[in-house]
Amino acid sequence: MSNKRRKILKGSAVAASAAALGFPSIYIKNASAAAPWIKKKDKTIKVGLLWSQTGNLAVIENDSTQVALYAIDEINAAGGVAGRMIEPVVIDAKSDIKVYSEKISQLILKDRVIATFGGYTSASRRAVAPIVMARDHLFYYPTCYEGRECTQNIINTGPLANQHSFDLIPFMAKEFGPKCYLIGSNYIWPKESNKNAKVWLENVGGEIVGEDYVPLGGSEFTPIFNKVRQAKPDFIFSTVVGDSDIAMHKQFLQEGFKSDKLPIAALTTGEIEIRAMGAEAGAGHFLSAPYFQTLDNPTNHKFVDGYLSSKYGGGGVTHYNMEETYLSLYVWKYGLEKALAQTGNIEDITPRMIRDVSGGIAVEDDVSPEGKVWIDPDNFNCWLKPKIGQCGSDGQFKIVKAADEHVAPDPMSIYPERGVCKADGLHTPDGKIKTDVL
Amino acid sequence: MSIHDFWTPFSLFPFLNSLFIGISLASIFFIAALGLTIIYGTMGVINMAHGEFIMLGAYTTYVFQTFLGVPFLICLPIAFIALAVIGLVIERGIIRTLYQRPLDTLLATWGLSLILIQGIRIIFGGEPKYVGVPSWLDFQIEANFIHLSGVRLFIIIFAIVIGAATWFLMYKTTMGIRVRAVMQDKEMAASFGIDANKIYSITFAYGAGLAGVAGALFGALKTLFPDMGSGYIVEAFLVVVVGGIGLVGSMFSAGILGELSSIFSYFTNETFARFILFTLVVVFLRFRPQGLITDGTTRR
Repeated sequence: MSNKRRKILKGSAVAASAAALGFPSIYIKNASAAAPWIKKKDKTIKVGLLWSQTGNLAVIENDSTQVALYAIDEINAAGGVAGRMIEPVVIDAKSDIKVYSEKISQLILKDRVIATFGGYTSASRRAVAPIVMARDHLFYYPTCYEGRECTQNIINTGPLANQHSFDLIPFMAKEFGPKCYLIGSNYIWPKESNKNAKVWLENVGGEIVGEDYVPLGGSEFTPIFNKVRQAKPDFIFSTVVGDSDIAMHKQFLQEGFKSDKLPIAALTTGEIEIRAMGAEAGAGHFLSAPYFQTLDNPTNHKFVDGYLSSKYGGGGVTHYNMEETYLSLYVWKYGLEKALAQTGNIEDITPRMIRDVSGGIAVEDDVSPEGKVWIDPDNFNCWLKPKIGQCGSDGQFKIVKAADEHVAPDPMSIYPERGVCKADGLHTPDGKIKTDVL
Repeated sequence: MSIHDFWTPFSLFPFLNSLFIGISLASIFFIAALGLTIIYGTMGVINMAHGEFIMLGAYTTYVFQTFLGVPFLICLPIAFIALAVIGLVIERGIIRTLYQRPLDTLLATWGLSLILIQGIRIIFGGEPKYVGVPSWLDFQIEANFIHLSGVRLFIIIFAIVIGAATWFLMYKTTMGIRVRAVMQDKEMAASFGIDANKIYSITFAYGAGLAGVAGALFGALKTLFPDMGSGYIVEAFLVVVVGGIGLVGSMFSAGILGELSSIFSYFTNETFARFILFTLVVVFLRFRPQGLITDGTTRR
């Protein structure tokens, strides 16, 4: 009797725990695998916007959010994508790396966005990438970066090292002299950029006379400028970002340096930064970027006028970073439309599918403010025309050098031994294919 | 490449100049910490909102300079008065009820700092602002090996001036005697007819006002944004824990920290200098937890 009762108890306990633990987890798994990312009855398509509106990166990333919303409005006004309106899910990442990785999970799992646009620092991209790759999702990183990665889930619309510092360093060495001082923020992008810069500088017989990094958000530059004075460089190559960049330019002036004697060649000091530091602090310095507000073509005039007169244009300037963000939304739109044309059924579309069809997608002259660009079918970076601008006393850049031809993105330019990045992964020299290489 | 990648090769004049930069860094440390030291020393209140008082001082200067066209030099006393008034209101409204519960003042002031950050963000937005430096400060001293910008020199002089003014107030006036009496023993002072609550209000207002001036000065060097205070509070706490609670202690510890940080960043780099500095502070506190100089009073 007691034995029998025990068996019954045991049995029901197993059943109960199975019901409590086992079943729901199976259920959730099935649901997420089977449910389409876009349902037929959906009126909108959700995308995530993951930038910081607050903290030390807000200087830049706030404008990225604004221009992304502007592009979404523009696409929606023209009829949306696949007959549906785009619905942005706007996140404030608070300039905190932890928040980027937390929120990307939320966007994918809870909001179920089809793609996420975001990031300005490589630190944030690196925080987001593992989660995006693990979920086989889709992330658009719309700004310059160092390359050296080969992932299957990220599309980039900004220049790589071989598309900006490759031109900038020889230009500066030729115009001002061979001695260069490197100043950067302390994280991966400046360090990789400086590795590239050293290679380019060696090619033209230049010399590094000093190298210094400040913490992200750091604002004390006098000790560095003291060393700059000792080293007597011909120009400074800066990869300082965010509000540190502004502090650096202000202190450069206060220390009595002059931009015609010691110009700063930067990859990031554009119209937004100049607006924040004041035009007198930016005048005379150089920037390499594929886009400047002053580009003289009808599409850019339309973009600048349209954006600045919209409710998002309160910042008063456009910037290479904003233009690349604007492009990324069109690249996504074309990718989604191409995927739909291939499958015919919107419920079959997955984020990965959009990425796979994005190779070769072009944004033509009539949409792209910087002129035609297209996505490389192998490494999913952007073909573009690098340009060098010099800041004038009005805070706007005068273009002093522009490439005649489109330059191919080469993420492994200084690491040929790592292999070649193709759509299916990194083809290493020993014949293997590695996926998701960070 | 070579070892020079990390270690700057020694060169006498730039090194001597880095000692001058050290003084400039020290004066910034000192100005940032002074208000915190006085409030903590007198009242035993650890004011977590000190960084935000600095931020408010900077924004006050920004508002007066940009919208009302008030010259920079006049903005300094305005920032002092504005923050002193805000400090007084906060002391009367929040701090006063919490004197018996030191842990709660910590939480309350921290909460206050979040409110202030968010409030400024709502009013001014997250966009960085900047305070214009007056043109008469736009010069550099270049004598032999010394290179110092006008703004830095001004901050050094200003640090000496407010240090001296605070010393005078504390040690040469009746008010100062009362403050120090309350600092040593509140009950005893009360039995001699000193109104301790009034002293607390005045001290808190004065400390907040000092933070306001600090903000006005830092605005000229750096960028203004709502959470700029968090950077300064670390520096300020460093000065207070190393120096102990007195005015002299703060002066010495700011001097030492400024010089060390400048010398380390001359030989290595900015990031590594911070690492060494923080490590040294921890080691120092292991052996002298009471700080450099203590007035021989009972520690709180």
